[in-house]
Order: sequence, then structure tokens, then C-alpha cells
Amino acid sequence: MKKITLFVLGMTLFTSVFAQEESTLKQVPSVQLKDLAGNTINTAALGFEGPVVISFWATWCAPCKKELNTIHDLYTDWQEETGVNLVAVSIDDEKTLNSVPLYVNGRGWEYLVLSDPNGDFKRAMGVNTVPHTFLLDAEGNIVYTHNNYAPGDEEKLYEEIKKLGAKK
Amino acid sequence: MRKLILLSFVTSISLAGNAQVNTGNFTGNIESVFQYLNEDTLIGANQPASKGLMNSYMNVFYTQGNFKAGMRFESYLPRIQGYPNRFDGTGLGMRYIGYANDFVDVTLGSFYEQFGSGLAFRAYEDRALGYDNMMDGARLIVRPYKGVVIKGVYGYQRLSFQKGLIVHSEGITRGFDAEVHLNETFKKLNDAKLDVVLGGSFVSKYQADNNDDLILPENVGTYGGRAKLRYGKWSLNAEYVQKEQDPSSDNGYIYNYGHAAVFNLAYSKKGLGILLSGKSVDNMSYRSDRTKDLQDVFINYLPAMNKTHTYNLVATLYPYATQPLGEIAYQAEVLYTIPKGTKLGGKYGTAINANYSVALRPMQHMSGINPNDSTGVSYVGRPFDSSDSLYWQDININITRKINKKFNIIASYFNIRINNDVAKISNDAKGIINSHVGVLELGYKINAKHSLRAEVQGLFLAKNSDGSIQDKGDWATVVLEYSVSPNYFFSVMNQYNYGNPVAGLRTHYPIVTCGYIRDATRFMVSYGRQRAGLFCVGGVCRFVPASNGLTLSFTQSF
Repeated sequence: MKKITLFVLGMTLFTSVFAQEESTLKQVPSVQLKDLAGNTINTAALGFEGPVVISFWATWCAPCKKELNTIHDLYTDWQEETGVNLVAVSIDDEKTLNSVPLYVNGRGWEYLVLSDPNGDFKRAMGVNTVPHTFLLDAEGNIVYTHNNYAPGDEEKLYEEIKKLGAKK
Repeated sequence: MRKLILLSFVTSISLAGNAQVNTGNFTGNIESVFQYLNEDTLIGANQPASKGLMNSYMNVFYTQGNFKAGMRFESYLPRIQGYPNRFDGTGLGMRYIGYANDFVDVTLGSFYEQFGSGLAFRAYEDRALGYDNMMDGARLIVRPYKGVVIKGVYGYQRLSFQKGLIVHSEGITRGFDAEVHLNETFKKLNDAKLDVVLGGSFVSKYQADNNDDLILPENVGTYGGRAKLRYGKWSLNAEYVQKEQDPSSDNGYIYNYGHAAVFNLAYSKKGLGILLSGKSVDNMSYRSDRTKDLQDVFINYLPAMNKTHTYNLVATLYPYATQPLGEIAYQAEVLYTIPKGTKLGGKYGTAINANYSVALRPMQHMSGINPNDSTGVSYVGRPFDSSDSLYWQDININITRKINKKFNIIASYFNIRINNDVAKISNDAKGIINSHVGVLELGYKINAKHSLRAEVQGLFLAKNSDGSIQDKGDWATVVLEYSVSPNYFFSVMNQYNYGNPVAGLRTHYPIVTCGYIRDATRFMVSYGRQRAGLFCVGGVCRFVPASNGLTLSFTQSF
């Protein structure tokens, strides 16, 4: 009987551990990147409160620019309603890296823009192709990803952001 | 007693359980591409003996606390077209272990790294191209103070992947780099208006002298410095590196020193960005094996100084790459957004982007030089000392405008001149190929989820001086794309070489592509003819080789 109790107890514990493991969400790996002002930023500690969107893009990627310009038009509303922040990670290498601030300022983006010229963060995040967008909740867990951009995708992303707001 | 045992047992389990909850973090990705190819002599596409081809790779990265480990399995069964032809088999193409905290970051095994702008050292990968000059060895990164980064690398570069195993370069590569962001490091400068980053690197390779006729330098160093300055809306960055005597099959075994220099001057404020860049390269092919060519075991990276184009006709027909033996290049770019609400800007604003780039042959001074004397120095080259011999010139302008909530329009014009005698791109042309390309792109949002996109492109070549048609003559491309957000897209493209001087070669290149995307999973099917180049469809850009047939691809991130 005691053995059975022990077994049951053990099993319960084991399952609860397992359940906990399953609910452990994926976090953003730590990579040291530079922002446009030359400051070093740790991708695992972006320092924002509330949800964060990480969007991988490049100056030579037309759909990426379309996505970020579309969100740019909606960004003020999004921030007011959900407190979301967007981090645009450019995978431009040395060939086009210097056009990044040109494009960002020329289009008036208010995002935090990070440069990943040798693909270290891209690799760590498992990004195959751009655009690739990740949504993090306030605790830094990756709760939604999407590897594409078609007009309308921004609305799906916003629905996901709002779901996080409702949880609070 | 039994209760005690039980208690201690339960406690130990629960402790172990708690430790287990922090199981670390796994990330990674998979890509698999299958091709079934047809014979198509008209476009020079061959059917491989196996008919089917498949490339796959999967990355898995693991971190727990300060510990990290990762690996990549690669598989070529056999490799798809466009990949280096010696890749074969299935096995580990990359693997490492490491430890990182805020002070040190150490890696043993495979790693990728870049010093400064890469002129002296860059180990990187581009899986779509099959390019991978990863280092296998050891790397240490130290961050002793805020804003200071010191890096050391030591190892053999990856040359190839055969029978499922990494094949290394013959020569060893080692290097050292230090960078200081003065404003982060020194408290007094925290709020200074002038922002300064200084850096320097030293890289060296060793390869035994395996030549019977020449006395070759076995250790070849490359060293240089860089600075990044920012003041208000202005920024200036520059880097200069020098390479010691490095006789190689690339430079014809000459004993010249080499140099590479780049500078970028930029001004940007909200709504306006201006960039002026310059580059000087002389005898800077730097490989860890002096006998290698093509894209093999480059230690450094010499970026081409021109815009990366993505429209099919602009990107694929006349692309340009840096001449590592020598070129002087300049680039100017302006981006201006006409504010919204103005007469010209319209309701949403209008963005205008203009870009000019040129690459020229450097002057090689021969006076007082005897190329056959014992020094082995064949000429004297000076930084930014160019001749008027043109390698490449690109003038382009692009206007983006959102008309209303449903309609947007992008109009572009490109004039590209490429010297086919130097940067050989075609077997059917001589001298400078002069092309004019016009592209009109229209986007229409049918409703919240459905949208249409169309591109019309025309490429027109200037005639030769004797009135004959240059290269393959004129081209037209039409793209139609229908997408249903966020899951589906369907696209049709046709490229038509209607101006080919040979009537029998006025070929159509039709291709149909469908895709299904769910979160971080993508399936794509395409059938048709494809030319080589940077190719964008369904919202993603990648490089693809020429083919005729069926391509299935699957990508997944996790």
C-alpha cells in the first residue's frame, strides 16, 4: 500500500513537473547587437514593459518594408491601446548596412532599430527568410510568430497583441 | 521512519523537479528543398542523372543560463542546383559548445564572426547560396568595461562538406580585434554631443610554403583601424586595412602589399536621408588557402558598393560583385519623404529614393617598376587613385505612393552599365552593356484579407555602335500575385526575352508558385522555368539558381 502511495505520489510529482515543463514558453536568446546610435543592446533584455514585436527585415526586402511602413501608419494607435513596442532587426550586411539609418529616418520610423550584420541574432532565432515577425508577451515569452507578409497580416498580428492585453 | 523516508524522497523528487523546470531554451530552424528537374536545352537547364535533388539542414541551439551549445545537420541527396558541386552526404556541418556571461563569451567548435566592417575578417554563412566560411576552433570575447569589446579567434575555416563531413582549409586563421565606444566607457563623455567608436584589428594566416619555384610568405598579416563618429544628424565612419605580401593564384603570385578602405558619410533627419560612400580596394583577395578561387575560404569580406535590387529583371540579369584584385567605387543615395497632407505628398506622403553608384579600375603605376625583378612587385597602387575605365555604373530612382486605403503604387527606373570584359556576366556580349529598366508595381487591397499585386517590368538595351543588338536584347516581365492573409498566396510570373537577336531564343520563362504559411511554418510549391538571381515571391526574398521543373520547399522555425 505504501509502495502504491509512494508510486502515486511520485507519478503526481513527475506529471506536475512535466506539465510545468510544457508550460515553459520559449524566451528570446541573448545576443549583443548595436542600435543606430551605436549602443550595445542585449536582445534578451530589451528593457520594454508590455508586449514587444520583433520584426526581421532588410533594406533590400520589399515585403519587409511594406510591413513596417504599414505598421508605421498604425503604430501610434497600437501603442496607445496596448503599450506595444516594435523592434526592427535589420539583417543588412556591410553592403547595405549604411543605408539602414537612411531608410529608417527617411521614412520616419519610431521603432527601436537593431543591426545584425553577421546574422548572429537571425541564426539564434531560427529565422530562415525575411520578413519574420515574433510577438513577445510582457514576460518576454514568444507567443506568436509569422514568417511572411501579405497585406492584412498586420491585423492578425494586432489581434494577437490585443489578446495579451486582455490577459492582464 | 518510513514517513521520514517518504518525505525525504518526495522532497528530493520535488527538488529535482524544480531543477528540471528550468530546462533551458531551444531554438532553431529547418529548411528542406526538393527539386524535380526537366531537361531544357533552350535555357541551358540540365536534368541531373538522379532527376530529383534535395537539400536540407536543421539548426538546433540550446542555452541554459550561461551555458550554450548548438549544431547543424546538413544533407545533400544530392545537392540542388547552384550549390557548390562537391557538397554531398548527410552529417554535422556545424557544432559548438560555449559559456557566456556579461564579462566573457567563450566558444569552442564552430563559430561565425566579423571584425569591423569585415575588410580584414568575416566568417559567415548564406545557406541559400551555399556560402559558408565558418571558423572551426576557439573564440573568446571579453567585455572588461562598458563599451569595450575585445575578440580573439583561432581556427581552420570550413572549405567544403563531403560525405557528410566538414572539410577544412589547409591554412590556419587567427585574429584579434578591439573596439571602444568612448561615450559608453567614459562617464564624462556619456552626454557628449560627439559620439566616438574606435577599433583596430589584426588578422594572420599560416599556410606552409608548398611551391617549389617561389619562396612564399607562410604567415600573412592584415591589420587596420576604424572610427565611427556621430554628431547630431551627421555620421562618418571609415576603415582602412593593409595586407602584407600574399602571393596567390588570384593575384598571379605577385609580392605587392594590398589595401582596402571604406568611408560612409551620412546625414539623416525625419523625412530625409543622404548617404555618400567610397571604397578603394587593391590586391585584397585574402584566403586561408592561396591556391583556392571562386568563393572558397575568403578570410575577409569586400562588400560591393551598390544597391541590392530585387525586381526580377534588375536583380538577375546584370548583377555586380566587387573585384577583389582592385576597384575604386563611390555611391550616393538620397531618400526623401514628401510630407503627408501636402499637394505633392498626398494623403499618406510619398517616398522618393534616388541612388547612384560607380566602380572604376584603379590606377596601377608602372614607372620605376620592373615586374620581373626579384622583388616580385608588379605595380604601385594608391588608395582612391582611379582611372576612368568603368567597371559598373547604376543610376536608379524609385517613387512609392499610397493613393488610398486600397491602392498603392511604386514606380522605378534603373540605368545599369556593366563592363562585361571585367565583371563577366554574359558570353554573348563585349565591352559595356548599357541597360534601361522600368518597373511599375501596383498593389490593391480587395478587403481586409485579400489582396492583389502586379508588376510590369521592361528591360531595354542600348544598341552597339554598329547598330547590332547587345547581349540577349530586350526583356519584359509580368508578375501577378494574389494573397489571402495570413495563410495563402498564389503567384504567376512570366519573363519574356522578346528582343533576342536570335528568333529561336525569344523564350518565355513562366513560373507558378503557391504557398501556405501558418505561423513559423511555410510550404511552397513552384513549377516552371527560373533564371538565377535574387527572387522575391509571396513576401520572401532569396537567391535561387536556374532551373526548369518542380520545386517543393518547407521551412520551419522553432
